[in-house]
Amino acid sequence: MFRRVALLVLRKDVAIEVKSLEVVSTTLFFAVSCVLVFAFALVRDGSVVVDAAAGILWIAIAFSGTLALGRTFERERYAETLRALLLAPAPRAAIYVGKLLGIVLLLGVAELMLVPLVSLLFSTPFFARPLLFVGLLLTGTVGFAAVGTLFAAMLVRSRTRDIMLPILLYPITVPVIIAGVRGTAALLAETPDEPAALMWIALLASFDVVFVTLALWTFEPLMTE
Amino acid sequence: MRKAFTPLTILAAAMFAYAPIMIARAPYESTMGLVQKIFYFHVPSWFAMFTAVFVCGIQSAIFLFKRRPSADRLAFAAGEIAVLFGFMGLVTGPLWGRKSWGVWWQWDARLTMALLVQLTFIGYLLVRKYGGPGSDKLAAAMAIFGMFNVPFVYMSVNIWRTIHPPTTVIPKLPAAMGVPFWFCVAAFMLLCLLLLTMRAQLEHRRAALDALYLEQE
Repeated sequence: MFRRVALLVLRKDVAIEVKSLEVVSTTLFFAVSCVLVFAFALVRDGSVVVDAAAGILWIAIAFSGTLALGRTFERERYAETLRALLLAPAPRAAIYVGKLLGIVLLLGVAELMLVPLVSLLFSTPFFARPLLFVGLLLTGTVGFAAVGTLFAAMLVRSRTRDIMLPILLYPITVPVIIAGVRGTAALLAETPDEPAALMWIALLASFDVVFVTLALWTFEPLMTE
Repeated sequence: MRKAFTPLTILAAAMFAYAPIMIARAPYESTMGLVQKIFYFHVPSWFAMFTAVFVCGIQSAIFLFKRRPSADRLAFAAGEIAVLFGFMGLVTGPLWGRKSWGVWWQWDARLTMALLVQLTFIGYLLVRKYGGPGSDKLAAAMAIFGMFNVPFVYMSVNIWRTIHPPTTVIPKLPAAMGVPFWFCVAAFMLLCLLLLTMRAQLEHRRAALDALYLEQE
């Protein structure tokens, strides 16, 4: 039951998105503009400041992730479809998991375009250690999305959601950004520092476990009117 | 608590009046000299802040799961007190840093962490003020997440960098410094407790007043 509900919610979101491509296209465009803005700030005399590529990648993920979260839930608000979802005789936590999977998938698509772009523009060998890099991206994205999905879902009913989402989200997800940036920078060093990257992945994984558990635990009382 | 409130307030006032005398009598630290004395107010204000942070997080969880409105009001009071003591720490810290490191701000682990926890709870207050209807639950989630985030922020920035004096100096303080230090800690904790009760009391009264207005209408 739980898995079926989660997968159904995911399938619904994917079907809507495939049909309109609204969130994917706007998020991607925003992410690319983000990268460009940071390039103007951080490229000096044609070369990039040390570790800038790692920072740019993660900032682009965080910023465009916030945008995607806002848009995805805005769509649920139009026809009160989130309320309909919550009224369905299904475990609330499963709805959260379905939404979370949708956001992770969406951010994954954005990263699929972002990583080659940053790699190309700043000539950074992201894939020198592909497994570790993918591990960092995955654990980081899940951590960011776990907190983001819960907050964005709660904010659907709030008038000031556009401004509240970043206010709530950034202070809480700072450990994700630090771990993502430092872990990526460790992999990009002249001699990739594998133990450091692994340590950051472990930190991110524990962040994921704690915050997904917390979100599953609080989703039910938070979404009850 | 109501009966004890006035005597405790007098005690707190007396402690804060006597604290400067104790601090003045404490010996100078060998390398930093006079400026190190800010430590007697700086560290206790962080102690008080983290106490308020945990009160806020735990009361928010009680509010969310048990739906007890009084817990929400206590959490709100604790959130404000946390930000207040956080500002005290963030003002005294740079004053100390300017003298001993030569700069106002360093991207050191504990400074960054303090700033982030402070930001989380300023966010909490912003949600309460501008979140509109239903923001009490939102804020409660923010407080719970903020509380659980403390160890992660601690770990991540700690690995990131460290120049702040390690916290292990506190148990090793010589008695001449330790006595005034723990005296200040007690004074700050008492102040924290008093402000918390007073602020929560105000919220309880406000809620009672609102209920009366609703009855009238």
